[in-house]
Amino acid sequence: MSSQHPEQQAEQAADRVPAPRDADPRELPVARRGMFGARTTGDTSGYGGLVVHKPPKASSPRPYGGPEGAAESGVFDEVADELERVLPEFGDAIERVVVHRGEITFHVRREHLVEVARKLRDEPHLRFELCSGVSGVHYPDEPGEELHAVYHLLSITHNRRIRLEVSCPDADPHIPSIVSVYPTNDWHERETWDFFGIVFDGHPALTRIEMPDDWVGHPQRKDYPLGGIPVEYRGAEIPPPDERRSYV
Amino acid sequence: MSPSTKYTEYDAYAAEEAAEGRVFDVGGQDWDQVVAAAEDLGDERLVVNMGPQHPSTHGVLRLILTLDGETVTECRVGIGYLHTGIEKNMEFRTWTQGTTFCTRMDYLAPIFNETAYCLGVEKLLGITDQIPERAQIIRVMMMELNRISSHLVAIATFGLELGATTVMLNGFIEREYTLDLFEEITGLRMNMAYVRPGGVAQDLPSGALSKIRDYLDRMPKRIQALRKLMDANPVYLARTKDVAYLDLTGCMAMGITGPVLRATGLPWDLRKSQPYCGYETYDFEVATETSADVYGRYLVRMKEMEESLKIVEQCVERLQSVKGPVMIEDKKIGWPAQLAIGADGMGNSPRHIAHIMGTSMEALIHHFKLVTEGFRVPAGQAYTTVESPRGELGVHVVSDGGTRPYRVHFRDPSFTNLQATPAMAEGGMIADVIAAVASIDPVMGGVDR
Repeated sequence: MSSQHPEQQAEQAADRVPAPRDADPRELPVARRGMFGARTTGDTSGYGGLVVHKPPKASSPRPYGGPEGAAESGVFDEVADELERVLPEFGDAIERVVVHRGEITFHVRREHLVEVARKLRDEPHLRFELCSGVSGVHYPDEPGEELHAVYHLLSITHNRRIRLEVSCPDADPHIPSIVSVYPTNDWHERETWDFFGIVFDGHPALTRIEMPDDWVGHPQRKDYPLGGIPVEYRGAEIPPPDERRSYV
Repeated sequence: MSPSTKYTEYDAYAAEEAAEGRVFDVGGQDWDQVVAAAEDLGDERLVVNMGPQHPSTHGVLRLILTLDGETVTECRVGIGYLHTGIEKNMEFRTWTQGTTFCTRMDYLAPIFNETAYCLGVEKLLGITDQIPERAQIIRVMMMELNRISSHLVAIATFGLELGATTVMLNGFIEREYTLDLFEEITGLRMNMAYVRPGGVAQDLPSGALSKIRDYLDRMPKRIQALRKLMDANPVYLARTKDVAYLDLTGCMAMGITGPVLRATGLPWDLRKSQPYCGYETYDFEVATETSADVYGRYLVRMKEMEESLKIVEQCVERLQSVKGPVMIEDKKIGWPAQLAIGADGMGNSPRHIAHIMGTSMEALIHHFKLVTEGFRVPAGQAYTTVESPRGELGVHVVSDGGTRPYRVHFRDPSFTNLQATPAMAEGGMIADVIAAVASIDPVMGGVDR
């Protein structure tokens, strides 16, 4: 499968199977079987026996670098060093640190969130004055940490951004509220409660904000159906979006 | 007026009366009776629902005001009347189809929604530096034109809400000219889905640049006319000066960005501080004021429109010399088809159809795969921001490695800024509530998403 034409060569190179990773991925939990989302015998593509394993949980080594890259230590290392200096329980509070696509994520244990946020806001060398709110993410396949709350912090003083990620199990969906540190999170936490069912302990008035007060369920969760009806168009019936053939 | 005793057959409030005191149901033209009855009770406090169907609340915003005479003692904000589940819907469409959804959120600033989303997708794909220069210039130009049209609506509706129809008409006329440009370039006046992951949907049509130049000739004079109408107008000043004061500390605590923040004197503009799409190469200034009131926010918006015109001018200059594709070269990501006007309207260009059907098998495969399946985005998450007319528009994009977004969350500035309404309105007069809300310039489509 080699061509002399440079354009074709490039395309063929892109199609080649990537080299296997160091760790044996077959020991990791299964993420998906088969292809095209088909659960029945209808999949005649030959991919029915495909087993895709979950990637291992990422954790970046030092140096973290900065938004431009992780070749040498940069602003992300400064933030991590400073946080480690001012936070005695740094090792306990920060589960792991991930640097990806020029962004740094601190995975914070939920019981330490308020303390971490307060230090990040108040320490002169950190000074993350602005919180851009909470974004919930639902990972039903991660037992023990199905619900994630993601906070994006911005330091106007130092012109930097970092991300905090906190997780909680579905069975005990509690995360401490950081409204006392960042009042702007008032509505954002209400929204995340509304859409994901994460209870932010200590929030002054955790009520639904987008959905009606008597709504049942939390619509942005993955187990909540999208809904929709089939539509007929020029004689053909188009199924609703969540029942269409998908390429997962 | 209907004091609860009046109804014998049905009284919706009878049950609540015991718990919350006397409830007056206002039916129209009975305000005097309500006031008289309230006075009889010796209770000065009135709770008034403003909205969600109120012309001056910018769409379906509901304010629950507790009034003591004409003074607002408590203000609560009710939102959610325009929630459309855009974020949820995007999880069931391909990455490219996502732009069609998110463009409808903040319907006055569609280009910003699209660009913020596409920047997020591009960051996750790791192709940020492969976007063609011409596409980036077109993005910047469209964003700045959009900023002008959005600010014009902000100022026009603000005028209307304060009772100045002239301001409204003038603002909307100018906006119409901007929308004409959008129609010329994208085919649509609003909700264009023009910016796509990898570039923009199509190149500028011939003749677009000269139309933009006409626009650039006309606009400065028109903005000047608007300024003449309002900048020193005593009635306007009386309604806006020292009204709805919110200082820097308040803005920081409540996460306020955009013109409201810049009216406190902090020159925080993401186009300057964290440039994207090549903004660092354009020459413009960040508009600031120090009065931290409604008038300051108005001045910031006016100044920003003038600065936007400067940027558009630079874009037009560059577009004359910078030629080339407007979609990423990578055939596995870039949308294959360019659009063209045919006999039956806009559709795939005949040249592209001839290419895939007649000459290139690879192109046909790529077209088929991209259109039916979409491209895969490596697993991970990214947060990208743009400076929308209302402040920091952030997009949190999460991918699980599939052809659809795993989760997309929009941090809409209207949503965050609206939280400041009580801080601006409480303790002031009820008439100033209108000015406060209008100066935040919330767009409910963006607030509720």
